[in-house]
Amino acid sequence: MIYVDNAATSFPKPGEVGRAMLDYLENKSANPGRSAHRLSIEAGRAIYRTRENLARLLDLKDPLRIVFCLNATEALNLVIRGFLEPGMHVITSSMEHNSVMRPLRNLEKKGVEITVIRDKEDELFINDLEKSIKKNTALILLNHASNVNGRIFPIKSAGKIAEKNGILFMIDAAQSAGCIPIDMYEDNINILAFTGHKSLYGPQGTGGLAIRDDVDFTRIKTLKTGGTGSKSEKEEQPTFLPDMFESGTPNGVGLSGLNAGIEFITARKINEIHDFEISLAHELKSYLKKSAGITIYEPLSEDSTATVSFNIDRLPSSKVAMILDEKYEIMTRAGLHCAPSAHKSIGSFPSGTVRISFGIFNTYEHVEKLIDAIIEISRDF
Amino acid sequence: MKEARSVILFYSSSAALKMESLAKSENLVVKLIPIPRDLSSDCGICLLVLNDDMEEIKTIIDNHRIEYEGIHDYMV
Repeated sequence: MIYVDNAATSFPKPGEVGRAMLDYLENKSANPGRSAHRLSIEAGRAIYRTRENLARLLDLKDPLRIVFCLNATEALNLVIRGFLEPGMHVITSSMEHNSVMRPLRNLEKKGVEITVIRDKEDELFINDLEKSIKKNTALILLNHASNVNGRIFPIKSAGKIAEKNGILFMIDAAQSAGCIPIDMYEDNINILAFTGHKSLYGPQGTGGLAIRDDVDFTRIKTLKTGGTGSKSEKEEQPTFLPDMFESGTPNGVGLSGLNAGIEFITARKINEIHDFEISLAHELKSYLKKSAGITIYEPLSEDSTATVSFNIDRLPSSKVAMILDEKYEIMTRAGLHCAPSAHKSIGSFPSGTVRISFGIFNTYEHVEKLIDAIIEISRDF
Repeated sequence: MKEARSVILFYSSSAALKMESLAKSENLVVKLIPIPRDLSSDCGICLLVLNDDMEEIKTIIDNHRIEYEGIHDYMV
């Protein structure tokens, strides 16, 4: 069995992740931050440790500026819906996932103005971005890395332009947090949305926001209100982080697993993980490129994540993925990958592509078997 | 802990946990305890510290810009 669908969710998870979750359930799982007994404090510590490790990973100074959500989609919605008002203008790219496109298109109907910049090489893209800025531009929101072809966007330059123009800059780091080094200050990121279950190797149901210390978060309305364990005498929502955005009992067990995932990857160093994964992707790409009858959808950036999109020209992507699964036990993902805009941008809409996405547990042997399977499928079907 | 002690009240349990983590990394003796009812009606936690460590505690609070509600003498 070969799993190469890590851009959807990483599999397997390190053993430490499951063990940390079991330990939390068996030994700690009182309500964190609610009751003040030892078990509640222990549960609170487990979650705080996750904040600390995430802050360290992203070079964020204050761990309390990590806000936990269910996933990156919820985190993105929190800022998109909580910050944008009718009359405001937002700039994004054509390579966005529907986690960005759908909330934006929904708000467009309510009077938010949207400019979608078509993906081009970095310099041209940045030029277009700068030219798109208007008086009412309030947010620039970009994919850090594409879930379709691994394209890495020039976030540092985009963030600089945003800063120069006094515009909030947010990135969707669902595909990058954990496999590309990120520094919120160096990379000029104001707000970052992450998911726990991909390159951070945590369980599903974990994700959130990292909000830089100099961002006035009170400009973002909270989508949910409720119990926080703080200011309990008041019937109004607290206005400090993370409580303002974190009502209700948190996913303590999931966040304990996420913490173990983060500790697992940081012990291996992010840039080394990236180098390893990208070497697997290069191996696959160098074969695909020289094969007749195969189209490969290359990213418009020099560096990329280990996500490769291709098609065997005569075959629908869904059929290739099905044969890979049924005959070779190789798990990939076909179709549009919840990113119709990105597929339009790379020219593979509406048929989609076969996507191979490598993770830390893949091997060169996996790549060889994958190549052999693709050779056979191209020949036999 | 027979020495004179104080409790620091924060606005959230996350802030109390942050202060505990920072204080422990400086090897200070601290303990998270339920907020005494006479100090606040809140059901959360506060940090018990030794008065001898107060200068270092305040340095951490300043350096990390930790907002706190108040510092009170701790009576058993």
